[in-house]
Amino acid sequence: MTESIWIIIALPLVSFLILAFVGQRMTRQTIALVATAGTGIAALFTLVTGWRLLSSNQANFEISSNLWEWINTSGLTIHMALHLDALALVFIFVITFVGFLILVYSTEFMNEDSGYARFFAYINLFIASMLILVLADNLLLLYLGWEGVGLCSYLLIGFWYQDPSNGYAARKAFIMTRIGDTALIIGLFLLFVEFGTLNIGEILTAAPEKWVTGDTTAKLAAFLLLGGAVGKSAQLPLQTWLPDAMAGPSPVSALIHAATMVTAGVYLIARTHAIFELAPEVQFIVAIVGAITLLIAGFSALVQRDIKRVLAYSTMSQIGYMFLALGVGAWSAAIFHFMIHAFFKALLFLGAGAIIMVLHHEHDMFKMGGLYKKLPVIFWTFLIASASLAALPLVTAGFYSKDLILWQVFASNIGGSGLWAMGFAGAFITALYSSRMVLVTFFGKTGISPTHRPGWAITTPLLVLAFLSFAGGFIELPHTMGHTQLFSEMLHGTLPALTMRELPANGELMLQIITGLTSIIAVGLACLVYLRRPSIVNQLKSSSFGNLFVRLWFTGWGFDVMYNALIVRPLVSISKLNKKDILDNISIGVSRLMAFGNSQLVLSQSGKLRWYMMIIALGAILTLTLSIVI
Amino acid sequence: MIALFYIAAFVAVISTLMAITRFNAVHALIYLVVSLLSVAVIFYLLGAPFAAALEVIIYAGAIMVLLIFMVMMLHLGETSIQQEKQWLNWSVWLGPGFLSLILLVEMSYLLVVSNEPGEGLTVVDATQVGIALYGPYIITVELAAILLLAGIVGAYYLGQEKRRVLHRFLNQEDND
Amino acid sequence: MIDLPTSHVIILAMVLFILGLIGLLARRNILFMLMSVEIMLNAAGLVFVVGSSKWAEADGQLMFIFILSMAAAEVAVGLALILQFYKKFNTLDADAASNLKG
Repeated sequence: MTESIWIIIALPLVSFLILAFVGQRMTRQTIALVATAGTGIAALFTLVTGWRLLSSNQANFEISSNLWEWINTSGLTIHMALHLDALALVFIFVITFVGFLILVYSTEFMNEDSGYARFFAYINLFIASMLILVLADNLLLLYLGWEGVGLCSYLLIGFWYQDPSNGYAARKAFIMTRIGDTALIIGLFLLFVEFGTLNIGEILTAAPEKWVTGDTTAKLAAFLLLGGAVGKSAQLPLQTWLPDAMAGPSPVSALIHAATMVTAGVYLIARTHAIFELAPEVQFIVAIVGAITLLIAGFSALVQRDIKRVLAYSTMSQIGYMFLALGVGAWSAAIFHFMIHAFFKALLFLGAGAIIMVLHHEHDMFKMGGLYKKLPVIFWTFLIASASLAALPLVTAGFYSKDLILWQVFASNIGGSGLWAMGFAGAFITALYSSRMVLVTFFGKTGISPTHRPGWAITTPLLVLAFLSFAGGFIELPHTMGHTQLFSEMLHGTLPALTMRELPANGELMLQIITGLTSIIAVGLACLVYLRRPSIVNQLKSSSFGNLFVRLWFTGWGFDVMYNALIVRPLVSISKLNKKDILDNISIGVSRLMAFGNSQLVLSQSGKLRWYMMIIALGAILTLTLSIVI
Repeated sequence: MIALFYIAAFVAVISTLMAITRFNAVHALIYLVVSLLSVAVIFYLLGAPFAAALEVIIYAGAIMVLLIFMVMMLHLGETSIQQEKQWLNWSVWLGPGFLSLILLVEMSYLLVVSNEPGEGLTVVDATQVGIALYGPYIITVELAAILLLAGIVGAYYLGQEKRRVLHRFLNQEDND
Repeated sequence: MIDLPTSHVIILAMVLFILGLIGLLARRNILFMLMSVEIMLNAAGLVFVVGSSKWAEADGQLMFIFILSMAAAEVAVGLALILQFYKKFNTLDADAASNLKG
C-alpha cells in the first residue's frame, strides 16, 4: 500500500477530470460529492500512510515510487517518479486535509454560483498540481506542479471573470509569479548542466562533493532558486500580486494562502537546502528577504479596511517568518510554522469568507462591527485563529511555532540579535493588527446585520481547524516547557538540525517571556485604542506625518506605483515607439519587392500568342549566340 | 541527280514562301501541298523511299485534306481576304524576318564550323525501317499509338457541340 | 551511294524552318499559324531523313515517322481547338484570345 502513493495525486485529478468533462450535466449534490470525495479519500490515504511510516520507527523513512519513464533523450532521462519523505509527508498532509476542509466549506459557500462545477474542477486540479509539486522526485516534475499551481491560481483568482478587475488581478498574479518561474527554470538548467541530472536526491548528494562552501556557481544556483521561491511565495520584491489575489472567492484565498501556492517557495527552499547551505550569502539573503517582508507586510496589514486584504498582508508576513527561519537554517521550525500557519490562516480566510457571505459581500471591516453575538460559531473560531496568529502565549499553536522561530533565529550562528529584533517587532505588529481585526469586526458599533447563520458545511471545517489551531502546537514544545519534539524528530532524517552558537543557559526562557508579554501588551494596546479611545487613532491619522504613513502602508508601501513607474511605463512607451516593428520592415520589404517585380513582369504578359512566339525565337537566338561565342 | 535535288529544293522554298504570304487560305494550302511534294522528291533522292511515300500519303494527303476541310468550314471568302490584307502590311514582316534571318545565319555558321565531310549517302529502304520499327523501337510505336488515340479522343471532345448540362440539383446551365 | 552534299540538304531544311518561323511570327490568322507549324515540323523531319541516309541507319526515318504521327495528332486536336475558338470569338484572329493578359 505504501508503494502506491500515486493514488494521492490521482484522486483529485480524477475528480478534476470528471468535473471538467461531465460536470455541466451533473446535479449540485453529485458535483459536491465528486469534488470532495477525491481529496477526502486522498486525505484518509495520507493519514494511513503517515501512520504506517511513523509507527515503523525508522529514523529516516522514505518511499520512492517510479511510475514510468517520462522523457528519455541523450543525456536526459526523466522519470515520472514520486518521492515521499518526512518533509513531503507534512506537506501532503496539510494539502489534502486542509484542502478537503476547504472543499467541504465551498460546497455551501459556492452554492449560489453558476460556475459550481467549474469551481470545483479548478480546485481539484489545484490540489493535484500542488501534490505533484510536493511529491516530485525530480526538479522537472516539480516544475510541472509548480506551473500547474500557477495556472490554477490564475484561473481561480479570475474565477468571476465577468468583472474586468478580477481578470486584471489574475493576470497580475500570473505575470508576477512568472518572473520568479523564469528564474527557477534557469536555475534548473544550471543544475542540469552542472550535475547532468534533475533528480533531487542525486543533486543533493552530489552538491557538497562538487562544490566547496561559497562556490560561485552554487551561489548562482541558490539565487535562481530563491528567485523562483520569492515569486511564488509573494516575498519582496515580487510580493505585489498577493493582495490583489483577493479578487477570487474566499475558499480560493484560503487554499492559496494556507495549503498551496504560496508555501511552494518555502517547500522549494527546504527541499533544496543542501544547495543553500553551500551558499551562505544567499541563505542570508533569504533571511533578510523574510525579515523585511514580514515587517513591511505587517505595517500594511495594520491600516487595511478590507478584511481579506488584512489577511493577505498577514500571509506575506507569516511567510516572511518562514523565510527568516529557512535563512538562518532553522529548517524544521519553518516547516512547523508552515503547518500551524496553514491551519489558522485557512480558518481565518474561511471565517472571513463566511462573514462576507452573510453580510451581502461586504468586505469593509468598519461596516461590520458587533457580530460576536449574532455569529457565535464564527466568532469563537475566528478568535482562536486570531489568537494563534497573534501568538498568545501557552494556549495557542501559533505561539509555539513562532516562538520556536524567534528563538532559533536568535540562537543560530547565522542569525543573531539583529534579525531577532526584526522578527520580534514583526510579532508585536502581528498581534496588533490581528487584535484590531477581531475587535473591529466583532465588537464596537453594530454594523450591517447578517442575513442568516451559515450551515453545517461551513461551521464543521471551522471547528476542526479551530481545534488544530489550538492543539497543533502541542506536538512540538520547547525545552523550557515540556520538551516535546515529535515534529522536529520526524523531520530530522530529511532536514539538518540547527547549528547553534554559545548562549547563556536561561536565554531561551527569557526570550519566551519577552515575546509572550509583548503579544499580550499588543493585544491590550489594541483593546485600548480601538475599543476605549478611538480618538487616539483618529488623531494619529489626521496628523500630517501619520497621514503620510497610513497612505503609504495602505498601498503596500507604494510598490505597485514604483513598479509602474520603473518598469511598466517605460516598457509600454518603448513598445509604443516600436509599434510598427522595425524588424518587420525586412519582411514587408521583401513583399514590396515581390509586388514591384510582379507589376513590372506583368507587362510582359500581353496575352498575345505571337508575342510569346517572339520571345521563344529570341531565346533560341540567345542560346545559339551563346553556343557560338563561348 | 544533283540537278534534280536543286530543282526540287528551289520549288520547295518558293512554294513555302508563297504559302506563308498568301491572303487566300485555299491558295496557301495548295502551295503548301506543292512544298510537301517537293520535299517528298528530296526524300526519295536522299535514299529514303519509304519516308517519301509517307510524306505524300500522310502529309500531302491526309493532313492537308483535314486543313482544307477546316478552311472550307471557316473561310469567309472575300471578307476574310480583305481582313488578311489589312493585317499583313509590309511592316508586319520586318521584325519576324529580321529575327529569323539572324537565326538562319547562326545555324548556317554552326553548320559550316562543324565541318562535316559531306558526301556519301546510303539508301535505307522500307525493310530496314520496318525491322527497326518493330524491333528495338516497339515501345515508341506503342507510345505513338497512345498519342494518336489521345488525339482522336481530344479532337472528338473538343469538336463536339456543347449541350446544355443540367445538374441534378442545381438548376443552372453551364454556359460556353 | 548517292552523290549529294549533306550540308546543302540541311541548309534547305533550315531555310524551310525559318520560313515557317516567319509565317508563325507574322501571320495573325490562327489557321495560317497552324500551317506554319506544319512547315517547321516538316523541315525538322527532313533533317532526320538526311541523317538516316548519312549514317546508313533506319533511326532517322523512324524519327520522321514519329514526327509524322505527332503532327497528325496535333493537327486533329489543333483544328478542333480552332473550331471552338471560332465559335467563341467569331474570328480567327489569334490576338483576340488574350484573357490571360497580365
